[in-house]
Amino acid sequence: MRGGSNVTPALAAEHGLTEEEFDRAVGILGHTPNVTELGIFSAMWSEHCSYKSSKVWLKTLPTTGPRVICGPGENAGVVDIGDGDAVVFKIESHNHPSFIEPYQGAATGVGGILRDVFTMGARPIAILDSLRFGSPDHPRTRHLVSGVVSGIGGYGNCVGVPTVGGECEFHRCYDGNILVNAMCVGIARADRIFYSAAAGPGNPVIYIGAKTGRDGIHGATMASAEFSSDAGEKRPTVQVGDPFTEKLLIEACLELMEGDAIVAIQDMGAAGLTSSSVEMAGKGGLGIELDLDRVPLRETGMSAYEIMLSESQERMLMILRPGSEIDARRIFAKWELDFAVIGRVTETGRLVLRMNGEIAADIPVEPLVTAAPVYQRPWLRHHSEPEIDPASLPDRDPFECLRCLVASPTLASKRWIWEQYDHLVMGSTVKRPGGDAAVVRVSAAGKALALAADCTPRYCRADPVRGGAQAVAESWRNLTAVGAEPLALTDNMNFGNPERPEIMGEFAGAIEGIRGACLALDYPVVSGNVSFYNETNGSAILPTPVIGGVGLVAIRDVVDLALKRDGDALILIGETNGHLGCSLYLREIENSEAGPPPPVDLAAERRNGDFVRGVIRAGHAVACHDLSDGGLLAAVAEMAMTGGRGVTFEPLPTDLPRNAFLFGEDQARYIVETADPDTVLEAARAAGVPAHVIGAVGGVALTLPGAGAISVDALRAANEAWLPDYMAQA
Amino acid sequence: MRAVVVIFPGSNRERDVCAALALVIGREPVRVWHRDTDMPRSDLIVLPGGFAYGDYLRCGAMAAHSPIMHEVRDRAAKGTPILGICNGFQILAEAGMLPGALLPNRSLRFTCRDIHLRVENNQTIFTCGYAARQTIRVPVAHHDGNYTADPDTLDRLEDRGLVAFRYCGPDGDLSEAGNFNGSARAIAGIFNNSRTVLGLMPHLENAVDPLLGGTDGRAFFEGLVGALQ
Repeated sequence: MRGGSNVTPALAAEHGLTEEEFDRAVGILGHTPNVTELGIFSAMWSEHCSYKSSKVWLKTLPTTGPRVICGPGENAGVVDIGDGDAVVFKIESHNHPSFIEPYQGAATGVGGILRDVFTMGARPIAILDSLRFGSPDHPRTRHLVSGVVSGIGGYGNCVGVPTVGGECEFHRCYDGNILVNAMCVGIARADRIFYSAAAGPGNPVIYIGAKTGRDGIHGATMASAEFSSDAGEKRPTVQVGDPFTEKLLIEACLELMEGDAIVAIQDMGAAGLTSSSVEMAGKGGLGIELDLDRVPLRETGMSAYEIMLSESQERMLMILRPGSEIDARRIFAKWELDFAVIGRVTETGRLVLRMNGEIAADIPVEPLVTAAPVYQRPWLRHHSEPEIDPASLPDRDPFECLRCLVASPTLASKRWIWEQYDHLVMGSTVKRPGGDAAVVRVSAAGKALALAADCTPRYCRADPVRGGAQAVAESWRNLTAVGAEPLALTDNMNFGNPERPEIMGEFAGAIEGIRGACLALDYPVVSGNVSFYNETNGSAILPTPVIGGVGLVAIRDVVDLALKRDGDALILIGETNGHLGCSLYLREIENSEAGPPPPVDLAAERRNGDFVRGVIRAGHAVACHDLSDGGLLAAVAEMAMTGGRGVTFEPLPTDLPRNAFLFGEDQARYIVETADPDTVLEAARAAGVPAHVIGAVGGVALTLPGAGAISVDALRAANEAWLPDYMAQA
Repeated sequence: MRAVVVIFPGSNRERDVCAALALVIGREPVRVWHRDTDMPRSDLIVLPGGFAYGDYLRCGAMAAHSPIMHEVRDRAAKGTPILGICNGFQILAEAGMLPGALLPNRSLRFTCRDIHLRVENNQTIFTCGYAARQTIRVPVAHHDGNYTADPDTLDRLEDRGLVAFRYCGPDGDLSEAGNFNGSARAIAGIFNNSRTVLGLMPHLENAVDPLLGGTDGRAFFEGLVGALQ
């Protein structure tokens, strides 16, 4: 029957399979694949689904810990938060689709990550978004910002899950490849987690959700190649989202999950029915037979190839216990969703697809999954940049520099973005967007989660190892700064073409840095996503390993960054060496991206962070902020702008150039506002943590001895104006 | 007192309003599914926020024709108080139970933020928890909250004291700056003629807990429950 296959190595190459990969597929099948089988191999062995370039590196990451219930490999990571509850979370990219069609690309990115979380039995309670766009001067940037933000809002607002945080940066290296990373966090009972491994030969395989159409065919393959200038022609590979159906799917699945009908469940994400059925069968060590004539279709005349590779949204695959179909069908009928028995679990270990009375494909699952190619791609270690001597830089008016920095695209307020997201629905948002971390209540007893997404790509380019470690450390710091105990993280590794050794070197370095920081901070990786090929015509993005962090905090302990009381002291925690290499100051004021990023001393991170958390929990801090982009003066300005109060600084130390002290980006630092500086300083001495008073809260301006003053209102106006003004320009 | 919250497919702020009512009443309201035609006896019917049926057509247009709306209309005619919040207000307007319509915000963007409201008429079951002309700070979260009606209708609403809330500045001033979504005469909420039906865009239910950013909505629910008990 398949003797007549007209699949050639050339057609395989068009599907993104190398000659060697094609030969391997032929060897597994024992004959030349038909076009449906070719499509399945190409999707499963795409970079997007197989992680073939990253697998050897990802395996080195620490993924376990006393609280970890489920690490990477399932739809999302699961971490115990006590009292029988678990937090379920993951971050995922939708970079390529969002560049081609920003609204739908971003919207379906949110939809996909929501499904990853509720598939595991969790109710989604928060979304975060990490966004990177090209230079503000690039002609497409405004259109992309507008489309992505309304796409995220359009989806998240409608499903009724609050978008509580994230980050947004601009750099010309993203001109041809924007980054849209969406993170979802959900809550489940720790003993009611649902997994994807098929079990029980004979059990029915159920298709639920929206109907299958021709949208998004080969999205996974599209996302596994770099763009050339014809990116716009790829629009038909982008899927279209329907948040209303997603909302119904969430409610229907969670209702069904209250019973014990489900044996296994998997959402249909990239490569749709192909990857969901193959992964379920593969994890269970079993086979699956599907009758494609029973798949609910939106269009007529779809081939087996199209049905298997469609990436239509809002669909799931389930394996049910025998006899539970009637009850399950009733729940889906109530929510007006398709429910179709489309196959069964078998003992054959093969994926067998039937259509029109014929066998459309027959592939052994185990080699399809385990014989997927794994590459030890060659990589180059990055050369470190020479240090920047701060004394070699001009001495500039610090407040003029500050005004410039707070109005720069990196530090400018992102209110224009997050006000378009419903960040309050579900009535649990304790700390709204705009702070170090968002805080969301998860129990009436006052338990809450702190959530943040972080990365400093310019550091990662200058030194991938340090940059990777810094991203983890900053995430950990942001959670600590609101009083939380960091639990675990999810990583979204956004890089260029891994077939280029220098890009693979960036990836390997970032992984090494992340690994070291995770180990030092007891902050394991429980889920993640890799997005390669973020390049256009050979020009790659900055290496961008985004870290999505989750921490646990009692609501009574939560602090934010707003200055609270005149007369309080501001204490700087951590050591200041005036490191200006790779800093925001250097880029925005001196127009240079030179120098190495600041060293990351993980022992100091740990010591200083644990100390600050202790100070917060002891009730000695009424506000706290971590130091990052723009250093000390930017951090104090953010505290002042948020709280609407001024600060009078102590005389500056004389052993460093003024602006190196004020704008240096040394790590492991925080500012704490306290009414009781003596207690905090004494505790710091006892803990061996550097701490000193840098100023006092009061007035309506920032005042520096020898440098005059700048009004907090003026700073806020500059900080708030940039993004709305930019977006209002035609 | 017994409150009923109607759930449409796509409702998403039912939890929020149920929590606010439970806080004041002491027990959870009854949730009624949109397909139910048999509404339990109740002292208050709430149409919560969300995107009923996805709102891919005009907001509230499909929900206004849902089977449960016949029952809501009957109960309203018999005097049962009806509260429509955000999407609920849009549904009441589309169902013709309140005059006017909700257009896209002036910015053409979804907007979620705290805003200020001035209480225009506190002589009703809904607003009796507030002082006359009191200014409160509560959140909004909508894309289509720009209230509009013909000038005669607007005059009638004003003359009969049927304007419940207006958007205003922090000091209660009715400047254009406070009218963030461009509503006609800065109207944020209106009553029907008998002042037993209220539709409003802001989410008072998201302002009842000091841990969650404010408590200015609490007096609304306390006043309402007090009046109905």
